Amino acid sequence: MAGFKKKEAREMPEMNTSSLPDLIFTILFFFMIVTTMREVTLKVKFTVPAGTELEKLTKKSTVSFIYVGPPTDALRAQMGSGTRIQLNDRYANPSEVMDFVAQERRGMANQAEQTISIKADQHTQMGYITDIKEVLRKSWALRINYSATRRQ
Amino acid sequence: MAKKKKKMPGLNTSSTADISFMLLIFFLVTTSMDTDMGLARRLPQPPEDDQKDVEIDVKERNVFNVRINADGYLALYRNGNYDFIALEDLRAQAKEFIDNPHNLGSLPEKHVKDIELLGPMAVTDNHVISVQTDRGTPYNIYFQVQNELVAAYNELRDELSMARFHKPYAALDEEHRVAIRAVYPQKISEAEPKKYGGN
Repeated sequence: MAGFKKKEAREMPEMNTSSLPDLIFTILFFFMIVTTMREVTLKVKFTVPAGTELEKLTKKSTVSFIYVGPPTDALRAQMGSGTRIQLNDRYANPSEVMDFVAQERRGMANQAEQTISIKADQHTQMGYITDIKEVLRKSWALRINYSATRRQ
Repeated sequence: MAKKKKKMPGLNTSSTADISFMLLIFFLVTTSMDTDMGLARRLPQPPEDDQKDVEIDVKERNVFNVRINADGYLALYRNGNYDFIALEDLRAQAKEFIDNPHNLGSLPEKHVKDIELLGPMAVTDNHVISVQTDRGTPYNIYFQVQNELVAAYNELRDELSMARFHKPYAALDEEHRVAIRAVYPQKISEAEPKKYGGN
């Protein structure tokens, strides 16, 4: 019979992998851009409270953080174990929050959106938080956010 | 002697993929896609310098006074006395207060308001929830109280949204959300702390 030949065992053509590095590089760049290496070294330790009605902090560029808690284990010997407030890289008084807010605001494109996220340890006494809130109010940083983790 | 023209050997690039994989994995590991979350709150505007603290006259029935003492116990301040309540009961109490479903005289006054997309609704938009803390109150308790109060609002909004639009509040578009928010506006006042109840 004409037309039917036994098929030869054909070799599978090899996939061209020359573009693989480019692909990986693209993913790499994506992650490099998305990554935010934490700029501040934490000098206080805190476990934020857990809540259910949380909102995501969007617009990273307008968020500044205030950390509240006892000094880390390494610093406890010098600083004691009382509650401390950390702004940027150092300990601060509540009164210094105003300068911090102004300074953070200066670098922001959308200053009306400025949000202060308070990352405070759950065992902090409210007095510290209230002091901070008072200063924030005076410096017109009215959007605040109590940082928390999600609880089921 | 003429040199033979040698062909430049091509650089072996087969390992580029491996190198970039290594970098990729490094960044994958170090990336903290910090989905920072928290309870968003808004502070009241600061008082003007020349302005004395004006006592805004709010009828007592319109105020839901939550007080937290230095030991972390909650009390509702009503009619001149404190009722201690558990944190678990706060949400139900707050919901009843905000909604005033049976139009009780002891709960916030209702009046009919015409709201776009919803029509006339009886709303209690004069109510205020006030949270007062002591300086020694643990932050966690304060946070849980705030969380419960926000949850009360969210539940009420969800219930209304399901009843009228057959969708949860989160699935609504902005226009409908505004309508729902007009019925249940969030009014949690951040009162300054007072020293009371020892410590």
